[in-house]
Amino acid sequence: MEFIKKYPKVFQWLFLLLIFFGLCFAIEVPETYKFIRGQAEFVKDPNQNFYIFLGKEVRYYPFDVFWRLPPLLGWLPIWINDSLFFLMNEWLPMEFWNEDTQSYKTRPLVLQITREVTSIMTFLIELIRDILLGGLKTIVAFTSWDFVGSNSWAKMPGLPWTIVAAGAAILAYQLSGKGLALFAGLVMVYISIFGQWKPSMQTLSFILVAAPLSFVFGLGLGIAAFKNKRVEKALYPILLVMQTMPQYAVLVPALVLFGVGDHAAVIITMIVAVPPMILLTLLGLRAVPPEVIEAGRMSGCNNWQLMFKVLIPTARRDILIGVNQVIMVCFSMAVISAFIGAKGLGFNLLLALNQLNIGLALEAGLCISLIAILLDKMSLAWANKQVDYFGNLTFYERNKNAIYFGIAVFIGIVLAYLGSFYFKQGFNYLFEVPHNKGISTADFWNKGVDWIFDTFFVYIKAFNTWLIVEVLQPMRALYLRMPAVATIVLVVGAGYLIGGIRSALVVCGLTLFIALSPWWDRALVTTYMATFGVIVSCIIGFTVGTLCFQNKHSTSFMLGVCDIFQTFPSFVYLIPVMMLFGITDTSVLIAVIVYATIPATRYTIEGLRSVPTALHDAATMSGVNKFQRLTKIEFPLAFPHMMLGLNQTIVFALFMVIIGAFIGTEDLGQYILKALSDKNGAGIGLTLGICVAFIGLIFDNLIRTWVDNRKKHLGIA
Amino acid sequence: MSNPVIKCENVFKIFGSNAEKMLQDSNGNVDAKTFQENGCIVGVNNASFEVAKGEMLVVMGLSGSGKSTLLRCISRLTDATGGKIFIEGQDLLELNNKQLIDLRRNKMGMVFQSFALLPHKTVVENIAFPLQIKGIEIEDSIAKAMDMVKLVGLEGRENYFPRELSGGQQQRVGIARSLAVEPDIWFLDEPFSALDPLIRKEMQDEFLRLQEKLQKTIMFITHDFDEALKLADRIAIMKDGIIEQLDTPANIVLNPATEYVRKFTEEVPREKVLLIEDVMDKSDTKDLSELKVSKDETIENVAEKILSQDKSVAVIDNDNKIIGSINPTKIINTVFGGRKNNN
Ligand SMILES: Nc1ncnc2c1ncn2[C@@H]1O[C@H](COP(=O)(O)OP(=O)(O)OP(=O)(O)O)[C@@H](O)[C@H]1O
Ligand SMILES: [Mg+2]
Repeated sequence: MEFIKKYPKVFQWLFLLLIFFGLCFAIEVPETYKFIRGQAEFVKDPNQNFYIFLGKEVRYYPFDVFWRLPPLLGWLPIWINDSLFFLMNEWLPMEFWNEDTQSYKTRPLVLQITREVTSIMTFLIELIRDILLGGLKTIVAFTSWDFVGSNSWAKMPGLPWTIVAAGAAILAYQLSGKGLALFAGLVMVYISIFGQWKPSMQTLSFILVAAPLSFVFGLGLGIAAFKNKRVEKALYPILLVMQTMPQYAVLVPALVLFGVGDHAAVIITMIVAVPPMILLTLLGLRAVPPEVIEAGRMSGCNNWQLMFKVLIPTARRDILIGVNQVIMVCFSMAVISAFIGAKGLGFNLLLALNQLNIGLALEAGLCISLIAILLDKMSLAWANKQVDYFGNLTFYERNKNAIYFGIAVFIGIVLAYLGSFYFKQGFNYLFEVPHNKGISTADFWNKGVDWIFDTFFVYIKAFNTWLIVEVLQPMRALYLRMPAVATIVLVVGAGYLIGGIRSALVVCGLTLFIALSPWWDRALVTTYMATFGVIVSCIIGFTVGTLCFQNKHSTSFMLGVCDIFQTFPSFVYLIPVMMLFGITDTSVLIAVIVYATIPATRYTIEGLRSVPTALHDAATMSGVNKFQRLTKIEFPLAFPHMMLGLNQTIVFALFMVIIGAFIGTEDLGQYILKALSDKNGAGIGLTLGICVAFIGLIFDNLIRTWVDNRKKHLGIA
Repeated sequence: MSNPVIKCENVFKIFGSNAEKMLQDSNGNVDAKTFQENGCIVGVNNASFEVAKGEMLVVMGLSGSGKSTLLRCISRLTDATGGKIFIEGQDLLELNNKQLIDLRRNKMGMVFQSFALLPHKTVVENIAFPLQIKGIEIEDSIAKAMDMVKLVGLEGRENYFPRELSGGQQQRVGIARSLAVEPDIWFLDEPFSALDPLIRKEMQDEFLRLQEKLQKTIMFITHDFDEALKLADRIAIMKDGIIEQLDTPANIVLNPATEYVRKFTEEVPREKVLLIEDVMDKSDTKDLSELKVSKDETIENVAEKILSQDKSVAVIDNDNKIIGSINPTKIINTVFGGRKNNN
């Protein structure tokens, strides 16, 4: 009794667990229940029940409602599909002027709009590709194929790789200095020598289109949300869902609207990249001190001047951090978009992985990673660069870098021209090193992998089998053994205990959506994989973070490592694990663990570091030793921040689990991957994506609420 | 005061969602407590006063008493909840957006407590900013801003960024910026609070020098009574949004209108506030010593001279006419007596 009074929370939690396990044991597994592999739910089976809603037939295997809820939302994906189809092909037909046939043609509005957007995007991408790589497409767009055919000069020459490399180095120099310039130059030379020039430039052109567009839209919406509460309220749920929505899942509806190819990928990339830009714009504008705004007003600014001459320049850094985010998201989307036929490095990577050519995959992956680091460092340098005053510099000093670039262009052209004499027969290496005609290390890596396999096969296999049989299978079985009602009670109860009735309601809504969708079992598998990954990641990240924190150098070293690893598109992580563990669940889980350990480590270190030094000193003065200080002072204070890390860890883990479908898992991701190649997959893909996002949001809500309360309690809000 | 530059009539500013309705229901009798119970915070409560051309009105009061809010209402950075405000006879609340912008561009200047400089602009660019907003050519605005830079003594630092300046220097930039458009009305919200005492004194002197030259109509907020005495023509003392008293420094000290004002001014050194005129004896002009003092001197300045005399001292006006006298004991009583009573 005494104990209960002292720790009422502990008692409440125990009580909740008691109910949960009680329900688990009380509700029997139905005899007919089995985990549905493949897409059996779309097969007609006399054992199935069905209902018709909104004219859509939904078939499902009926169970006791306590065991599994019926898929009352099963009509949703079909309905989304039909609505999309209706929108695209039937809604609001209008007359449009057709340039080619010189006549009016009737077309549904949405179809026409998507066609227009598509052609603009295609034009932009091709323009930049023509500039970087040479080609005909831009000129064709302005004239015609006949014109180009009869005039052999009508061709964009493309920039020699030397010029692009020099340009990158000069830009890096301007942004940061010699170090980054050297790095930029080396990366470009590496890309060229190893024959990845063309795909790299294709990826780059993709980013050069997607990032500025995302920036403009993100900034615009961010400003709108800042100025108008209603816009903000309307955007908020979308922003929230997009944060936890796997990028993969967004690809699916794009297929229906825009087809396959680079243009579709650019559009979908914008959908993913705009939300972080909006968030950071809002954050930056909110952080502008009110007095600066008032000073602007008193200077007689009208609204427009206030926004563009006072607010945005003052929020410059946050907005540029947003640009950094946009670029990184664009880059990782550029890789993933290979699934819907975007060209570039991602495409090569996907191809190599499909052929299980680990060597090639590794080369492409390395290239991707290097470019990712370069883009990240350059955009961060831009954000952190302080404006300099140019008033009393000479013309030369002011335009130094432009002049250098001019010289580089000239030298590059001369070199390429000379090269055309020197390399008369084969390729002009001073102009462009063709794909896979550079130095390749693929064979070396493939041999290495073979060697590893030959030597360690027994051990790897043994580990693999042990993990699957002893850990993963039982864990999965346990998750699937939970009756739906027990799970819901557990989650909602946790919501109530942490955040009161409000949290409970939010969490309940999110869970019910998943439970009423046809994919509850799949969601459980996703959650089981994510849970396993998160637990291991947290243990590793927490330990590593704490150990590194003991020393200043190792702290900054570790943070640097986290920075670098975080820039890699998630897809890249699949390469080494496939190299070692082949196509198994173990591979996916290890990728998940590696990927999710990054935020776990980072937030541990940051949390520990955020403990005020004054407290630190006070503790030392009161005579505690290092260990006591860690457990009594630093951990309790750093814990809320570390929990935010847990939140990130969960999101990272979920993303990786979903992408793991590429290796072959039996969770939500598998269906998303399937939906990608299914003509009617849009609704399914979107609903699945929302399911994954909701899993993330359930944890997000619980953790955030807890952290906020805790911080208030500790007085560090 | 025939043509006041600033005129406030029953100005209210109440924060909260249903402030307007509550104000209407209250019929002008606003009680901060009942409003607070209903979720409204009273910022300014029934303020009525006038400021004449070239006058400097200093607003004082404890933190949260509504000084900044009052200033914000008069510059219309927030809209007053009730009452009328006239700037040079124009009803401020009637102005549309464009007229308001015109007013700010040409008539008003404001200095902020936390400087509020634009971080991405240099000193000279910051000062030229209001000019450029007005649409003046870049070169002209920079030339004009350079004059301002000289005026506040920042030559040689015109190309520094705010982050490279000390607090005092930043505030000079703020002052120069607010003066760049040559406003007639100048608002200063605790301009010197963030500065250390030495620089503060220096800035006050500089401010007086500027005001002598420019003769603007000024509303000045401060927490510091010494500062107020040094600068003010009149002082307004605020408490919980209400202007408790608005009068000359001497009257505020000699005849506090409320208990609060009396407490507030209790520690004020009288010799700095009171003029000879305020304490002289008008009737008694016989049997005076040789010494003559002007009626406009502060006690502080002439006390020593007067105390060296045995008889009363003659007080003269600007035309050298004797208009009264003052006895040394009277000086002692005013300087020390007032305080003794309170202890
Ligand atoms: N935007 C606002 N919303 C709600 N209440 C406000 C707002 N601005 C000011 N207040 C309230 O109005 C009252 C007066 O504030 P004001 O800033 O005018 O005080 P002040 O006299 O300038 O104080 P200080 O000397 O600290 O600057 C305070 O109680 C404050 O909490
Ligand atoms: Mg204030």
